[in-house]
Amino acid sequence: MKYMLLMNYSAIPGVPPLTEWAPEDIKASGAHMGAIHEELTANGELLGAEGLSGPAAAKIVTHDGVGAPVVTDGPFPESKEFLAGYWLVDVESQERAIEIAAKTSAAPGPGGKPTARTIEVRPVMTRDIEQ
Amino acid sequence: MTQTASVEGLLRELAPQVLGAVTRRCGDIDDAEDAVQEALLAAATQWPAEGVPDNPTGWLIAVAARRMTDGLRREGARRRREVVAASREPADAQPPVPDRDDSLTLLFLCCHPALTPASAIPLTLRAVGGLTTAEIARAFLVPEATMAQRISRAKQRIKASGAPFAMPTRGEWDERLRSVLHVLYLLFTEGYGASTGAQVARSELSAEAIRLTRMVHASLPDDPEVAGLLALMLLNEARLPARTGHDGELVPLAEQDRSQWDRVLIEEGVALVSAALPKGAVGEYQLQAAIAAVHDEAATADETDWPQILALYGLLERMTGNPIVTLNRAVATAMVDGPAAGLALLESLDEPLAGHHRLDAVRAHLLEMDGDPDAAIAHYREAAGRTTSVAEQHYLLARAARLS
Repeated sequence: MKYMLLMNYSAIPGVPPLTEWAPEDIKASGAHMGAIHEELTANGELLGAEGLSGPAAAKIVTHDGVGAPVVTDGPFPESKEFLAGYWLVDVESQERAIEIAAKTSAAPGPGGKPTARTIEVRPVMTRDIEQ
Repeated sequence: MTQTASVEGLLRELAPQVLGAVTRRCGDIDDAEDAVQEALLAAATQWPAEGVPDNPTGWLIAVAARRMTDGLRREGARRRREVVAASREPADAQPPVPDRDDSLTLLFLCCHPALTPASAIPLTLRAVGGLTTAEIARAFLVPEATMAQRISRAKQRIKASGAPFAMPTRGEWDERLRSVLHVLYLLFTEGYGASTGAQVARSELSAEAIRLTRMVHASLPDDPEVAGLLALMLLNEARLPARTGHDGELVPLAEQDRSQWDRVLIEEGVALVSAALPKGAVGEYQLQAAIAAVHDEAATADETDWPQILALYGLLERMTGNPIVTLNRAVATAMVDGPAAGLALLESLDEPLAGHHRLDAVRAHLLEMDGDPDAAIAHYREAAGRTTSVAEQHYLLARAARLS
């Protein structure tokens, strides 16, 4: 079963934005994520994962199909939900997808305290016919 | 058929037997597979030009054994002691074709209960089915590196479990056979679920499952559950041509053009399950096959023997306790005793199948039968929002649209 695990940039109460973390805290968080990446790769569960640049580098595009597309430049207000990155995994069960999400959510933040960031676990649609 | 194509076909047929024989000799499927791959490669380049040797299996085993001995020599003395028997083999010796059924032993090893089905399936396809890692990755729609890692993990886990290359003992026989049949069943459904056309690589998985189950049936002709599983596969495969419409849309059983069903497969499946059931060891594959046979034998949907299907689902439910079986029994109940009786049965599933789209889909269908289109529409839409299958979603939304 394929799932996409989504993490977004929204502010977490009590946790400063990443740009204000101490370098060693950023390093610890990266090591935590790196270990998860390695585990998923070794298990043959990882299909893909990417981290995205922050809202400051984002552009929002809309087009009504008639006039010129409307392009809005970032940065966007902190409160706006922006995708920070994703993991695409192929796992045995939904329980396993949730387990991976939980590990990701428990990544350390400032002072080593887990951030408990929200992770969305989304089943991927298939082109198969269900039995 | 060209010489190269015929050699490739022959190699694929011989590969599991050779891998089985080499694994039996060295005790490690991982080392054996590398050596057998090299032997197959040598054969694929030499045989089309030089002709197939008189004893192709013996040739492959000898070459693989030699490769392994060479590899082990390089690896050092520790490992060499473990395969002293293999090392003593003269390089050009032609070992006899194995008298035991190595392909079957290999299948038992690949489907070992120490593995989850998700690891056992690709390992089986690789080792027993002779598919390449790239082919398996394509069929499962994952990157090749991911699949290679999964297969490698599976081999490591077998090694770590200490499972010997031997047929299961009498005491473990039932559990081990159940594990093999479960893997083959899941392999079949994996391919059978593939929508036609764009997913050719996936749909080949069901053909491979049938081929492997035929192999098991040939080795164990008296086992009624093996026969039952083969029958179940054939009776489902028979309906494949009628299952989707011109635009790839899902056609439900009741609306399928039955003239497109494959009569040859149906006949074979019905004969298999009819011969298996009287043996007295009725299992869930035989029951599922019997249900499929009742559907397949009805000339029209209206002529379906629903009371018999209802009775068979009752037996299957008692045997498995699976709520999905109860869901199917509710459909059969509705066909025999009317939609209200089916809907009443669904109430017992609200808890075990909470949030499952199929509960909503069946409820919608029975509400439609019961003449309550508004409630049916609501449940069709609920189910459409929950399914992860695009084809199913289109089908459910079309049913809802038909009623509004």
